[in-house]
Amino acid sequence: MLDAHLRLSSLAHLGLAARSIEEAGDAGIALGEVPRRVALTLRGDGEDAAFLDAVGRALGTAPPLTANTVASLEDVVILWLGPDEWLVNAPAAREDALQALRSALGDLHHAVADVTESRTVLRLSGASARDLLAQGCSLDFHPSVFQPGMCAGSHLALTHVTIHQIAEDPVYEIHVHRSFADYLWRWLEAASEPYGLAVVTG
Amino acid sequence: MLLITCPWCGVREEHEFACGGEAHIVRPLDSHTLDDAEWADYVFMRRNPKGVQYERWVHNDGCRRWFNMARHTVSHEILAIYKVGEPKPEFEG
Repeated sequence: MLDAHLRLSSLAHLGLAARSIEEAGDAGIALGEVPRRVALTLRGDGEDAAFLDAVGRALGTAPPLTANTVASLEDVVILWLGPDEWLVNAPAAREDALQALRSALGDLHHAVADVTESRTVLRLSGASARDLLAQGCSLDFHPSVFQPGMCAGSHLALTHVTIHQIAEDPVYEIHVHRSFADYLWRWLEAASEPYGLAVVTG
Repeated sequence: MLLITCPWCGVREEHEFACGGEAHIVRPLDSHTLDDAEWADYVFMRRNPKGVQYERWVHNDGCRRWFNMARHTVSHEILAIYKVGEPKPEFEG
């Protein structure tokens, strides 16, 4: 784990805090970086009841078994990445989540890795958010297909992302690897131009 | 652009996937007894048919899982998609 004083957002150089406003107003797009969160990748056998039970004990909710869905309890979120792979997101204060998972899983067949520093999360909302995503991603974001509580790995502007819809309005969280975050932010900013962009605090 | 139905994620565009070449090539268990020609046959020689080809694909930008596909190399029609370990479906051509 990285020392706290070395932690720096991968978008720190963009000075987003200084540009951000409280309310998006008339802008069609609201975009912000979500404050740092604990991120863990979890692998194990989704058909093993003992594994599901142990994760449930550690995090309060078992990992989702339906493809491209999310399980959450308050602010701990588990995203489905594959049939035996999940991404756990928890508030920065939950540094204990890694150890809690390891203790609960014990000798069961599993792997847990701390990937907190490897990615960042952007929060995208606004009336034109679907149109914006459609410019760079082939997933179908129509509300009858992609709904709150769903997530999917795909390309956005040729960058690998995991997109999670968190509210119907719509509000999306875009998980992106930190070395692509600057590029993706600039792409989103340029692609937002027709709709009007408000930088907001994530 | 092919539309590929990932066995886990559903229908996605081809650019989320990568093709891993011919499927169902079994590594010889007694490789120490093979001569150079037999080893080269295992490592390099591929069918390259004009017709139905069995291929491995990986859903790189989605679930990152490997699966198999039967595809017609002339029409690009996808005849079957099946998980690794499932029996190979037989097609004419």
